[in-house]
Amino acid sequence: MSLASADHGVVEHDAGAHGATGAHKGLGNPVLGMLLFIVSEIMFFGGLFAAYFSLRTATGTWPPAGNGAFLLHDEVLFPGIMTSLLVLSSITCQFAVWRIRRGDRKGMNRALLMTVLLGAIFLIGQAYDYTQLGFGIADGVFGSTYFILTGFHGAHVLGGVLMLSVCLYRGGLGQFSAQHHDMVEATSIYWHFVDVVWVLLFSLLYII
Amino acid sequence: MATTALRPAVRQRTTLYEWLTTTDHKKIGILYTISSFVFLAVGGLLALGVRTELAQPGLQFFSEATYNQLFTMHASVMIFWVIIPFLAGLGNYIVPLQIGAADMAFPRINALSFWMIPFSGLVVMSGFFLGGAADAGWTAYPPLSSIKYSPGPGMNLWIVALILIGTSSILGAVNFLVTIFRMRAPGMTLFRMPIMVWTIIVTSVLVLMGTPVLTSALMMLFIDRNFGGSFFDPATGGSAILWQNIFWFYSHPAVYIMVLPGMGAISEIIPVFSRKPLFGYKAFIFATAGIGALGFSVWAHHMFTTGSVFLPFFSIMTFFIGVPTGVKMFNWIATMWRGQITFKTPMLFAVGFLSMFLIGGINGVFSAPVPVDYAIHATYWVVAHIHYVLFGGSFLAIMAGFYYWFPKMSGKMLDEGLGKLHFVLVMIGLNLTFLPMHTLGLLGMPRRIADYSPTAGWNDLNLAATAGGFIVGISLLPLLWNIYISLRNGKAAGNDPWEGNTLEWATSSPPPAWNFDRLPAITSERPLFDARHGRSGSDHA
Repeated sequence: MSLASADHGVVEHDAGAHGATGAHKGLGNPVLGMLLFIVSEIMFFGGLFAAYFSLRTATGTWPPAGNGAFLLHDEVLFPGIMTSLLVLSSITCQFAVWRIRRGDRKGMNRALLMTVLLGAIFLIGQAYDYTQLGFGIADGVFGSTYFILTGFHGAHVLGGVLMLSVCLYRGGLGQFSAQHHDMVEATSIYWHFVDVVWVLLFSLLYII
Repeated sequence: MATTALRPAVRQRTTLYEWLTTTDHKKIGILYTISSFVFLAVGGLLALGVRTELAQPGLQFFSEATYNQLFTMHASVMIFWVIIPFLAGLGNYIVPLQIGAADMAFPRINALSFWMIPFSGLVVMSGFFLGGAADAGWTAYPPLSSIKYSPGPGMNLWIVALILIGTSSILGAVNFLVTIFRMRAPGMTLFRMPIMVWTIIVTSVLVLMGTPVLTSALMMLFIDRNFGGSFFDPATGGSAILWQNIFWFYSHPAVYIMVLPGMGAISEIIPVFSRKPLFGYKAFIFATAGIGALGFSVWAHHMFTTGSVFLPFFSIMTFFIGVPTGVKMFNWIATMWRGQITFKTPMLFAVGFLSMFLIGGINGVFSAPVPVDYAIHATYWVVAHIHYVLFGGSFLAIMAGFYYWFPKMSGKMLDEGLGKLHFVLVMIGLNLTFLPMHTLGLLGMPRRIADYSPTAGWNDLNLAATAGGFIVGISLLPLLWNIYISLRNGKAAGNDPWEGNTLEWATSSPPPAWNFDRLPAITSERPLFDARHGRSGSDHA
């Protein structure tokens, strides 16, 4: 058996060789790549969460006594609204994927636009929230862990908004179709991941 | 300028432009190799600085502060800019060829992964010219690495550079895994893949799960140093032990990241030069996966003396992780047993790896029992161990792989005489350097000191180690000369100079940009052996 080099990958992995994901052809390379990258992201946040739990359990009372600003339980409303907006954006993002899977480009663009806007509102809301907090990153382990967790999450939201914007731009140019939209799939997985991290963070920092 | 706009858009690209912008996995693999050799020279000179200072008691050449920078940068450069990229480079070149693919899954991300290495290397080295490089040891334990005790810009540059090179590794790991899982040639099932490919899979998983954890620790350290964070400062509620836990959660698996692909290369070489199939192919794969899994359960054996880790668990796991490595040793020796062995240079380095890595394994298991560890912790015993593993192990394996695959990369054979001279010199040098360190450690000499008492009884052994260090340095000269003359007028290699087993030998040397014009049938883990001996493979498909 001998095969021309340009074809041999195609025989077994039709979808993989062209980077396109059909509904029943398994994961495309970009989607698998994104899933693996998210494994590393989980470990990155895992390191930060480990530090948080380690420092929190080592501190007798949590939040540490002496600073009223640490009592985030009393200020759940605004971040709660932001959380619901981010969860909503995950839903709109998934709608974008479902639309393009059926070849509905306009529907995908509409849903992507809503997702980008919701993500941007979340970022603005977080920036506003930072200005309202009565403590900073240098205020002991509470301030350090709060800002490193929410800060890196915010950086990931920003990255996600940028990726979604590129999807939107390319969608506007009509570059995606029911067969060729791996980037939308990969971006949506990333966006869901960022969303899940925030739900964990919000529960941990504001409620538990 | 107005005239430039009038030039035609398409120009003949120069060779330099071609190499700087390439996305070909083979060229990128060669770039990795060149970059690693350059940093090897840097790291080697730093090591010779350390050894020169230690040749005699007293401070002759460097101040303590400079000495701290020397050993910190030596370790950092050798680990992050030499051994890991060297292996990543070999993997980059070899893995797509061995699985019959045309390139990596993400060629442009592959180029990005590479270019972050010289860039981050410049960042970390720039500390020497900006008021002092990193000086808290490569482990960067707080409070040594805090802004109070390491106030220079070197530590910050070191943190930034390590985050960059970690990102490079993570992107590379994603690339390897997608390539291996999605782009294999027809017939190349998982259990027909060369062992080299398997070790790259396990290494990539370790990178994917370990390196980002180090990144998180580095971020925290950066915040502590520059923005008044409290993660690692007990005075403000933090914990210095937290750094050690997170750091070693990465850095112990990193030891396997640094040796598993080397073991993969050895497992390609020994069967070829013994004219036998690898003994226990599947056992080897499961042993590799076992090392990967156990690798995440032994990190605290670096922290026995802190008194804050559960000693029995980490001690017993450390004993356990010796088992899969023992399985591999058995596989290699059984492969050679009654084989028709030819001691070409790659095989010499492979056997050198076996013997030196065995010493590194044994003096490592010595440290697993807690009472022994208490006695030898942070002494030169540990320095001896790490160098037998990383130099006697990883580096000799890299050299074996380099001699083995150089004909494929360049189309030219290396000179055997110079190769053997390199091997003899490096074996003498490394044992003269690191064997005395066992005794020094047992005599109580601590690591990371610039000076020692002339009456401690350490003088002769230190002088021997320094002499050995210079022999190691000299041993690289025949290698460089060998590369130079072989590239100029070496013997043509042909497709398959070693009568290899795996697919990279089925194409020309060097391979065309698209790698293969035709592939042999793949019905076992040795497709080229089958093709050479006319086996259709239908009898054992």
